[in-house]
Amino acid sequence: MCGIAGLQITNPGLRPRLGELLVPMLGLLAGRGPDSTGVAIYRDEAPPGATRTKYSLRAPRDGYDWDGLARALDEAGGTGPPEVRRRGRDAVLVTGLAPERFRDLLAGIDAQVGMFGFGAAIEVYKDTGPAPEVCARYGVDRMAGYQGIGHTRMATESAVTTEHSHPFAVAPDLALVHNGSFSNYAGIRRDLTDAGVRFDTDNDSEVAARYIARELAAGADLAEAVRRMMKAFDGFYTLLVATRDSLAVVRDSFACKPMVIARTADYVAVGSEYVALADLPGIEKAEVFEPAPEELYTWPA
Amino acid sequence: MASVTPAEMSRVELSCAELSVREINAALRQLPDGTAVRLTEARGQHNLAVGLSTRLDITISGNAGYFTGGLGDGPDITVEGFTGWSAGENLMSGTLRVRGNASESAGSSAHGGLIVIEGDASSRAGISLKGGTVAVAGDVGHMSGFMAQAGTMLIGGDAGGSLGDSLYEAVIYVAGKIRSLGSDAQVEELTDADVARVRELAAAAGFGHIRAEDVTRVGSARTLYRFDALKDQRY
Repeated sequence: MCGIAGLQITNPGLRPRLGELLVPMLGLLAGRGPDSTGVAIYRDEAPPGATRTKYSLRAPRDGYDWDGLARALDEAGGTGPPEVRRRGRDAVLVTGLAPERFRDLLAGIDAQVGMFGFGAAIEVYKDTGPAPEVCARYGVDRMAGYQGIGHTRMATESAVTTEHSHPFAVAPDLALVHNGSFSNYAGIRRDLTDAGVRFDTDNDSEVAARYIARELAAGADLAEAVRRMMKAFDGFYTLLVATRDSLAVVRDSFACKPMVIARTADYVAVGSEYVALADLPGIEKAEVFEPAPEELYTWPA
Repeated sequence: MASVTPAEMSRVELSCAELSVREINAALRQLPDGTAVRLTEARGQHNLAVGLSTRLDITISGNAGYFTGGLGDGPDITVEGFTGWSAGENLMSGTLRVRGNASESAGSSAHGGLIVIEGDASSRAGISLKGGTVAVAGDVGHMSGFMAQAGTMLIGGDAGGSLGDSLYEAVIYVAGKIRSLGSDAQVEELTDADVARVRELAAAAGFGHIRAEDVTRVGSARTLYRFDALKDQRY
């Protein structure tokens, strides 16, 4: 088992409450996966035309000197000092540095610092532990945004560590959470590795995330990228995939990993079990349904 | 009991918001036969009204979660909403009626009793049915009736793909279209006895939209299994 939940808020008035609504959803699914928890929160703050990227970084140790890292990045990168937003022991750095350059500089300054995700809108927080604990660590309940996805993990395919936690956010503003297990991922992983794709972990879900990322980079839209992934991958899955401008749900042909979708004029909410959606405002008037096997559902943000 | 009239005794209300699922089920177990109980604020909680062997008349207000009314051996349960996975799972006797839709595996492994879904049921409805009856007013999802051993399914709408895959001795009646039959499932001739049986089931389920003489009967071609259990009851 694992639990997955997502919320895309269409009513701007409700967006300040994204974290407040999403955290209890994950809390109610904590029983499906107490090993680790993670969220990807989407919020656009940059003025149109600005090219600033948010980097969700993992501290290599407690009490990490984020200001020191920001100074070093400024000296080496020359695009001005990154803004540092502390989240628990980790931090989000906001800077004009482009992702490849940022990655190179970071590796040179402190290779011990991990990266959970990056993009114009996305922020990723994840760690070992049950949902209420991990969300409190990062203050997720106070976060605003237009879209968020989360995962409560019961590990089957690989180790329980922070890095192995979902979401896997491996391309700009892309995040994937997975309930299930892929059976043929090792072969696909080898093919991707041969093609030059680098992996952070030996987790099966990361392979799906990197596969979708490669298809997106090759010009596919999210729906097409997910369709190609479905052709390539064998196994059990209910997947929730988010990009800056859309949210997608898909289940394998057996559909033995659950998912419930609720739609109102204010939001689209998805969860492994209805119980995760039962406390959302206006749920009693929502259109509630179960996604059919092998059918792709997408909603533009 | 002298101070409690039968009318008072028959009206019990339990709030799922105030009591845990264990407390709800423990309280239900204490009630005498014939009691009418309403469970309020179900809000998708799992395992409500499971494992009961008394003849209660239970109404669940709102949507219920997984295994609703599972293992029941006596009670009549109505859910005024939809249910999660495995509604009425392993039912022995009594009824479970779901006013809305049911998620996957509705009525799975039911040995007896009647499970009525007034909306649609999702994938694998009636999977591994062992003698109970599953009646769905609307459509059922793929792999419904999978490995069903004994009992009857009545589907008022359409059936998804692979209906009745690896069927044993259960019989499935479908009023609508069948997307595809599973391995070893076949369409069989509808006899007068079948028509009578469908009429009786539709009446018990309260389905007015089924024309008994127009349903399709699906049974096992019996090429996948070799038991002779039902021939002379030796197992």
